[in-house]
Amino acid sequence: MRHLGLALRLAAFGLLAAFLLAPARFAPLFAPFTEYGAPPIYDQGSLLGLALAHLATVFAATLASSLVAVLLGVLVTRPAGKEFLPLSRALVNFGQTFPPVAVLAIAVPLVGFGEAPTLIALFAYGLLPVFENTIAGLESCPPAVLEAAAGMGMSGRERLVGVELPLALPLILEGVRLSLVVNIGTATIGSTVAAKGLGEVIIAGLLSNNTAFILQGGLVTGLMAILLYDAMAAVERRILVAARLG
Amino acid sequence: MTAGARLRPLGLLLAATGAVALALLPFVVFKANRIATGEARGLLNVLPPGAALGLLGTLGVAAAAQLWRSGARLRLATALAALAALLAALALAADRLTPAGDRIVRVAPGGGFWLLLIVLALAVTDALARLKPGPLARVAILAALALAAGLALAGGAFDQLSILREYAVNASNFGREARQHAVLALGSTVAAVLAGLPLALLGRRHPRLRAPLLQLLNFVQTVPSIALFGILMVPLAALATRWPGLGELGITGIGPAPAAIALFLYALLPVVGNTLAGLARVSPGVIEAARGMGLTDAQVLARVEVPLALPVILMGVRIVLVQNIGLATIAALIGGGGFGTFVFQGVGQTAIDLVLLGAIPTVTLAFASAVLLDALIDGLRRVPA
Repeated sequence: MRHLGLALRLAAFGLLAAFLLAPARFAPLFAPFTEYGAPPIYDQGSLLGLALAHLATVFAATLASSLVAVLLGVLVTRPAGKEFLPLSRALVNFGQTFPPVAVLAIAVPLVGFGEAPTLIALFAYGLLPVFENTIAGLESCPPAVLEAAAGMGMSGRERLVGVELPLALPLILEGVRLSLVVNIGTATIGSTVAAKGLGEVIIAGLLSNNTAFILQGGLVTGLMAILLYDAMAAVERRILVAARLG
Repeated sequence: MTAGARLRPLGLLLAATGAVALALLPFVVFKANRIATGEARGLLNVLPPGAALGLLGTLGVAAAAQLWRSGARLRLATALAALAALLAALALAADRLTPAGDRIVRVAPGGGFWLLLIVLALAVTDALARLKPGPLARVAILAALALAAGLALAGGAFDQLSILREYAVNASNFGREARQHAVLALGSTVAAVLAGLPLALLGRRHPRLRAPLLQLLNFVQTVPSIALFGILMVPLAALATRWPGLGELGITGIGPAPAAIALFLYALLPVVGNTLAGLARVSPGVIEAARGMGLTDAQVLARVEVPLALPVILMGVRIVLVQNIGLATIAALIGGGGFGTFVFQGVGQTAIDLVLLGAIPTVTLAFASAVLLDALIDGLRRVPA
């Protein structure tokens, strides 16, 4: 079963790579989805370039939001920041009610069209899962362990770096993975405000009534999300094993 | 203990941010027409001295309550009073800046207003998070806020504000898009619950089906929404061409049908996943006891398992409803209507007021649904079935 899963993933990755490197070869596959001799493969730019731009936007936003979210999560669980905990809990709870389209559309008049509004929306959406999981992870540290660490003479900072964060790491990484995968899908909406990415292909398909484009954009984005989700899970296992050995 | 140590850190942050908003940012933005560049106007420039003093006084009291270690009730009351004063000041400013009978100038809330609004909303949220009102109290607070907002809007208090000017232009469409949005989001949620519950029961009865089912639903979630909406247009358009009668029923490639189906598909995973998780948490002892009392399998399910799993199932419904209210905005891209129509039109015309006309009702709807369903779940948890 494990080998089958690995083989499926490798095949999916191979297919994705082949399609991005030589999309023209897949033209017969997509031709049935076009009408009146419309091009079966997206021809207004390089698919590989768009996929890389898409990933770059998502990675940049997720990295920034993960760093900020972990920092905030640590702050509100320290004695000095306790005051902020109930408020930040409530904010995380209700932040999710804000639809991405609204964030994007409101950001446009402030920062203009292009990459910037997408980065802002993805940054905001990436914060929530990581922040939530950081708090959950830090709060799940057994008090006995913390007392033992204090008894060993560890300072507050030493306890945080040496005990609490390592114990919270699995949950934090899970939050990062979740926000990364959600952001890959959300980033396609960025193309409605002229961000470079795979959403461009889908929008072009919607505008010119070309289903082949919509399928290409949607499938490439979906495949990337699934492969990244699995790859992140594998990387997490490595990190956790290394952390345990180290 | 020094005076500094007695100040609340959160209060200090909120009060300082509020002060910055008042001192440095424009309270309103005045535009000669809809697309003209705005001119910033400060609070003191647009309000008569008495009103400006009244607002500053109310804000000062709220800030003082935030700074010193007063009770959460006092902080809530002063913050709500300041919120009301802020909104009244905005309405007054818009009235004063608009010449009588003028329909061309636009008065929009400025950065200072928005920042103050956020600061006060945070203060209210913080006080409520500490007071932890029960489910009924939360619904009552929501109803009171909705009533106050409804009365102010119906009374025309904000009619001179740019967002409501935009509403006046689109008044005939607004009701239609609002209905469409509600039908899309609610209808797909109801359909997902009706289909998801049996699917989850099937998955529980046949463990071999469970993993593939969840994997398939997981995969659906990774397909970006605009792509799924677009992909579904194809089979629906084909169906409508094949049987023209379907087109008359509203089943066409372009329009609400593909959007409704896409929202339904996205909604299945949380419903199925939470139902399975909820049922799995019912302790085997309880089920044994019910069987021992002579209940049939169906009776055990309907009278014992589902009621016990209900809070977890409803949490899935809450996730789905909030998510679908947000996602329904995308339906506008494929001609499916909803509040997204205004958002995307506004983006196209770089008219922020039009964007807000679509975004504010969407967020309000999602927020209200979340509060109501949270209250319902809490209520169920307190009254054990």
